[in-house]
Amino acid sequence: MIFLSRKWVIPMNKFWIILSHTYVNKLKTKSFLITTLMTVVITLALTNMNNIIEAFDKGGGKEKVAVLDETGQLYSPLKEQMSALNKNLQLTEFDGTEEEAEKEVEEGNFVAFVQLQFDEEQLPKATYKALTVADSSLFSDLQTGLQQIKTMLAASKINLTPAQLQQLYEPVSFEKIALEENAKTEEELNQARGLVYVLLFIIYFAVIMYASMIAMEVATEKSSRVMEILISSVSPIKQMFGKILGIGLLSLTQLAVLLSVGYFSIKRNMSSLEGGFFDAFGFGNISLSTIAYAVIFFILGYFLYATLAAFLGSLVSRIEDVQQMITPMTLLVVAGFMIAMFGLGKPDSPFIVITSYIPFFTPMIMFLRVGMLNIPVWEAVLGISILMATIAILAVFGARVYRGGVLMYGKSNSFKDIKKALQLTKKE
Amino acid sequence: MVLKLEHVTKRFGDFTAVNDLSITIPENEMFGFLGANGAGKTTTFRMILGLLDSSEGKITWDGKPINYSTSHLVGYLPEERGLYPKLKVSDQIVYLARLRGVSKSEAVSELKYWLEKFKVPEYENKKVEELSKGNQQKIQFIAAVIHKPKLLILDEPFSGLDPVNVEMLKEAVLSLKLKGTTIVFSSHQMHHVEEMCEHLCIMHKGAPIVHGSLKEIKRAFGKKNLVIHSDFPLDFLKKYPGVVKAKSTTEGIHLQINGESVAEKILKEIVNQGFIRKFDLEEPSLNDIFIEKVGDSYE
Repeated sequence: MIFLSRKWVIPMNKFWIILSHTYVNKLKTKSFLITTLMTVVITLALTNMNNIIEAFDKGGGKEKVAVLDETGQLYSPLKEQMSALNKNLQLTEFDGTEEEAEKEVEEGNFVAFVQLQFDEEQLPKATYKALTVADSSLFSDLQTGLQQIKTMLAASKINLTPAQLQQLYEPVSFEKIALEENAKTEEELNQARGLVYVLLFIIYFAVIMYASMIAMEVATEKSSRVMEILISSVSPIKQMFGKILGIGLLSLTQLAVLLSVGYFSIKRNMSSLEGGFFDAFGFGNISLSTIAYAVIFFILGYFLYATLAAFLGSLVSRIEDVQQMITPMTLLVVAGFMIAMFGLGKPDSPFIVITSYIPFFTPMIMFLRVGMLNIPVWEAVLGISILMATIAILAVFGARVYRGGVLMYGKSNSFKDIKKALQLTKKE
Repeated sequence: MVLKLEHVTKRFGDFTAVNDLSITIPENEMFGFLGANGAGKTTTFRMILGLLDSSEGKITWDGKPINYSTSHLVGYLPEERGLYPKLKVSDQIVYLARLRGVSKSEAVSELKYWLEKFKVPEYENKKVEELSKGNQQKIQFIAAVIHKPKLLILDEPFSGLDPVNVEMLKEAVLSLKLKGTTIVFSSHQMHHVEEMCEHLCIMHKGAPIVHGSLKEIKRAFGKKNLVIHSDFPLDFLKKYPGVVKAKSTTEGIHLQINGESVAEKILKEIVNQGFIRKFDLEEPSLNDIFIEKVGDSYE
């Protein structure tokens, strides 16, 4: 028998053939290349935000504001205040009439002009005039500066010393201290919140995107009727998991590209980003365990929804029906994400604790809890175990539905079809 | 390598798709399944391939069930044609061939051979969606035979093809048979089966009505067809003993008779009545047998 030697090699290989075929073919598609490119551009833009803003500001130069000081005393203290508040602001004393100043603004020589006066109590009052009043940050900076001058003047009027004034304005000492051992400090919590927020987003988008990609893939094979040839050469179970893993690999490829671009971009800009946006988001010191949990929950979440998507996809006969079929699944993901968003503010509420054990929500909400709180390890392990058990059950059940579903053609695409599909695989 | 179906029954809920089917198909045979749509042909094929489990009975090939460990020995052309519309012909044939255990280089050279044979070598790098339906069917056929299967199952291989392509495909099927392949195919067009198969099975509502070798089936049927064209009226023959059915035509009459002896008597009866332009005794066609057994015409 010449075939004997082949016979033993093939079953091992088929799974890999499907996996690599799915992976390579998806990798080559235009839509995949475009989404990857776009997300890389967005990542680069986000991580270089400071540089970009700076570049634009440099091009535009400093914002020039004319000051028409009718009091003759307020200009120099205001200039001093403003130089501390906003370095990009250049104040110029303007000698002329109000009309002349207005004209200068209209001609574009100044972005705005400020008219300073004293009111009847000899305290400063001002008018701000610009072409539009859309730039609220400039106005509020000026307002803050004037407010400080007013406070100082008013204080000196009632004979308050600067020391007394400082005492008056000093914020009350009010510190948060967590009694639980290892509990995160307020600062740590804020950082964790930022990081968890971003990772939740990644999990959310990846699950929705790749799960529907799988459902689409299965439905395409079914609607183009190539499925019957496929399942006559490879078992549907191998086929389903070859596909799930192939697209899983694809998602990891895309994520790896994004994360490495993001990582190196942040690394390069580390100095300029310190204290800014990214520090607040907790990227300065990402804890390894949080990243490890993120990877675990990402992979498990992917498997859970991918298995679900594969068998839902196997039930439809036409590609047009895919979206309708996977809508309930998408809603589950959205619900999980919503609960997680609520949980960011209240990670220790009983509602969050309970939902973190519901397998369809576990990837996001249990991750939220491990990222934000110091929950005992067994809780995370329990959540992961329930999740893994659900994936296993879903895989066995899904594979059976898939096996029957791919042979089923017809108009209907309801959940009654699951029953029908299961019936097809039975002997009776 | 005998394919054996023993008392195979398939039920979907209350509906019986295949009822107590027993067939033996020897190696290197061309076996035809005849039947109207919904007669249970596709379900039978799916059971042979192991895509569906039979409710009762068993199917064996060379004494063993057909499953994924034998899939590299089995070729299948499904009734509903299907290929990846966006993939190039070579890409998908190679993919499907590899899933049947053929190496990439082997698949490529085999594909070239078949494309030449079908006189369409330029399709190798075209996307399937760019091809006409008939040409897609050729590609589909190549996908079914690229791994040189020992058992080839063709579900309605000739439907939707023009006469030239039907001939081309028939020739290809016959050449595979000469190389030793066992071929099972279905059709609802009697003449394809009549022309190509030694053995056949007529199915009706899931049950095998007739099965055996073509010659035996025709012999067992007993009746023959007699066509007479003459210048004088032949209507009296309609009541002639031994005539089962009769149909007048513009030139004469078509009779179905109970054997050769009846024809002999009729000839003696009419030979002196005038000029006979045609007197033709024919074997019954499968269509006649089908109509007789199933009760109504399908074609």
